[in-house]
Amino acid sequence: MKKIIKYVIVDILRNKIVIAYTLLLLAISFGLFNLDDNTSKGLLSLMNIVLIIVPLICIIFSTIYVYNSSEFIELLVSQPLQRKHIWMSLFGGIAIALSLAFFIGVGIAVFIYSFTPAALILLGVGLLLTIIFVAIALLAAVYTRDKAKGIGISVLLWLYFSLIFDGLVLFILFQFQDYPLEKLMVVISSLNPVDLSRILILLQLDVSALMGYTGAIFKDFFGTQTGIIISFVVLLLWIWAPLWASLRRFNRKDL
Amino acid sequence: MKKFIVIIISFLLLSPKVFARIYTVQKNSALSSIQQAINIATNGDTIMVMPGVYAEKNIQVNKSLVLIGKSFPVLDGQHSYEIISIKADNVILEGFKLIHSGISSLIDIAGIKIYARKNVVIKNNILDDTFFGIYLQKAVNCLIENNKLKGVATTDQQSGNGIHCWQCDSLRIIGNTIAGHRDGIYFEFVTNSAIWRNVSHANMRYGLHFMFSHENTYIGNIFKNNNAGVSVMFSHGVKMFNNIFEDNWGDGCYGIFLKEITDSYISGNKFLRNTTGIFMEGATRVLVEKNEFSKNGWAVKIDASCLDDTIRINNFLGNSFDVATNGTLVSSFSYNYWDKYEGYDLNKNNIGDVPYHPVSLFSMIVAENPSAMILFRSIMATMLDKIEKILPGITPENLVDNFPYMKPIHL
Repeated sequence: MKKIIKYVIVDILRNKIVIAYTLLLLAISFGLFNLDDNTSKGLLSLMNIVLIIVPLICIIFSTIYVYNSSEFIELLVSQPLQRKHIWMSLFGGIAIALSLAFFIGVGIAVFIYSFTPAALILLGVGLLLTIIFVAIALLAAVYTRDKAKGIGISVLLWLYFSLIFDGLVLFILFQFQDYPLEKLMVVISSLNPVDLSRILILLQLDVSALMGYTGAIFKDFFGTQTGIIISFVVLLLWIWAPLWASLRRFNRKDL
Repeated sequence: MKKFIVIIISFLLLSPKVFARIYTVQKNSALSSIQQAINIATNGDTIMVMPGVYAEKNIQVNKSLVLIGKSFPVLDGQHSYEIISIKADNVILEGFKLIHSGISSLIDIAGIKIYARKNVVIKNNILDDTFFGIYLQKAVNCLIENNKLKGVATTDQQSGNGIHCWQCDSLRIIGNTIAGHRDGIYFEFVTNSAIWRNVSHANMRYGLHFMFSHENTYIGNIFKNNNAGVSVMFSHGVKMFNNIFEDNWGDGCYGIFLKEITDSYISGNKFLRNTTGIFMEGATRVLVEKNEFSKNGWAVKIDASCLDDTIRINNFLGNSFDVATNGTLVSSFSYNYWDKYEGYDLNKNNIGDVPYHPVSLFSMIVAENPSAMILFRSIMATMLDKIEKILPGITPENLVDNFPYMKPIHL
C-alpha cells in the first residue's frame, strides 16, 4: 500500500500541472499579502481564491488523473492486492500530493505575513477542502466509465457547491421568510463544505461583527470552540462519506 | 468731611463683602476639614485645599465659594458617600481628585452633584472610581471643563454615567475625558448647550446618549471604542460638527444611531471602523454633508421611516456596504464620492456621467432577510451584486446619486 502511495505521489509531483498549481497559489498569496498593508484584508481576498480555485483544480485534476491511470489500476487489480488498498492508496497519493501543493502555495505566505488564528483556520480549511474535493472527484470518476462524462460531472459538482447550492439557500430563505430560519441555516450550511469553510474563516475575521449583527446564532455556534470542533468534524465527514461510497462502488466495479 | 466719614464707615461695614477672605485647609492644622472651612466662610470667599487625603463623607457647598485644590488633594468617598454636593450659585471647583464615591441602585450617587443652581464652574478635576461622575440636575449656565473621569463599570446596573445632565440649560461641556462609565455623556431635557472637544471612550454603553435635548451643538468630540457607539433620540435642532466616531465595532454597534431626530445638521464628522456608521430611524429633514465614512461595515443605514433627509458631499471609502435600506426611501443622495463607483467622466467636470446606485442587491437581501447574511462574501452574493450593477432592477430606483464625484472630495 505504501509503495503504491509513493508511486502515485512521485508520478503526480513529476506532473507539471501540480507544480504550476503550486506556483499559482504561491504567486496569488504573496501578491495579495503585498497588495495591502492590512493583512486581514489580504486574508479575506485569499479566502475568496481558496474557496473558488482550490476545489476547482482539485476536483478536475483528480478526475482526470483517475481516468488516466485506469490502465495502471487494471494492472494493480491483476496483482494479489486488495481492491480496497488499491483505491485507498490512489486516494491517499492524490490527496497528499495536492495538499502538499496547497500547503507550500498558501502556507508559506501565511506563515510569513499573517500568523493569526484566522490564517491558521484558512490553512486548515483549505487542506480539508483539498482532500474533500479529491474524494468527491473519485466518486464522480468511479461512477462513470466515459472520461468526458466524468469530467463533466466533476465540473457540475464544483458548480453546485460553489454557486448553485447558495442559490438554493437564497431560494429557501425567501420562500420561508416568515419562519425563524437561523438555526436551520446552521444545519444547511453544513451540507456544503465550501459554505461551512467560508463561515468558519469569516467568523475569525473582523467582518464577523457584520454576521453577528444579523443573526447572533451564527456567531454563537460557529464562533465558539465547540462550534469550530463540530465544523471540523463535519468537514472530516465530508471526506469520509464520498470516499466510502466510491470505495463500495469500486469494490464491485467490473473493470 | 461728614460725607467722607459716612463713606469710610459704610466701606468698613461692607468690607467682608469687598475683601473676600482666603481660608487654607491643611491636614494637621487648625483648619483641617473642608466642610469646617465652608461653614465659617461667607459668600465670595476662597478656600484653598492643600495636598492630602480628605475623607469627609459628604461635603455640602451651600455658599457661593471658590474651592481650589493645590496639587490635587484627594477627596475620598469611601465607597459610600456622594463626595461634593453643590447647593449654591456661582461656585467654582477646581483641582481636586475625587475617588471612591458610593454605589447605589436606588439613588444616583455622584462624585460631584449640582442641585438646581446657576453659574457653577467645575474644572480641572480628576474623578476616579465614581458611580456617576458629574451630575447636573436642573443646572443653568454651568461650565464643566477639562475634567478626567474614570469609572470602573462592570455591568449596566452597577454603573452610572460620566457626565449626567437632567433638565439643564445653557451648559458648556468642554475638553473632558470620560472612560469606563455606563454612558460617557448623558443628556435628558437639556437645551441650548455646547459640547466641545470631549473624549468619550471605552464606556459600557454609549459614548454619548441624549434624549429630548433640543438645540444642542456637538463640536470636535471623539467617541471611540464604546460598547454601543453613540445614540441620540427624540430631539430636534441637533448640530454635530467635526466629531470623530471611531472603532465602535461589534454586534449591534453604531457610530451614531439617530432615532426620531428632526431638523438637524451633521457635518464634517469622521466615521471610522464602525459596524454601522450612521443608522437613521425616523429621522426627518436631517442634512448629512461633508462627512467621511471609512472602513465601516455599513456606512449608512436608512430605515423606511425616514423622510426628506439629504446626504451630500460625503466620502465613502472602503465600507463593506455603502447604504442599506428596507424600503423605497424618499431621501436624496447627491455629489458624494463612492469608492465603488465604476462610471466614467467624458466631459471632465469631475462628476461621473452615469448615476451611482449605492445600495447593493445583497445588502437589500440582507435588510429584508437577515439570515441571508450566511451568504456574505460568497460567489453567489458577489455575482448578484455585479448583475444588479449592470442591469438594475430590484434595488430602489430613486435611491441614486445622480452626480457622483470621480475623486475623493477634499473635505
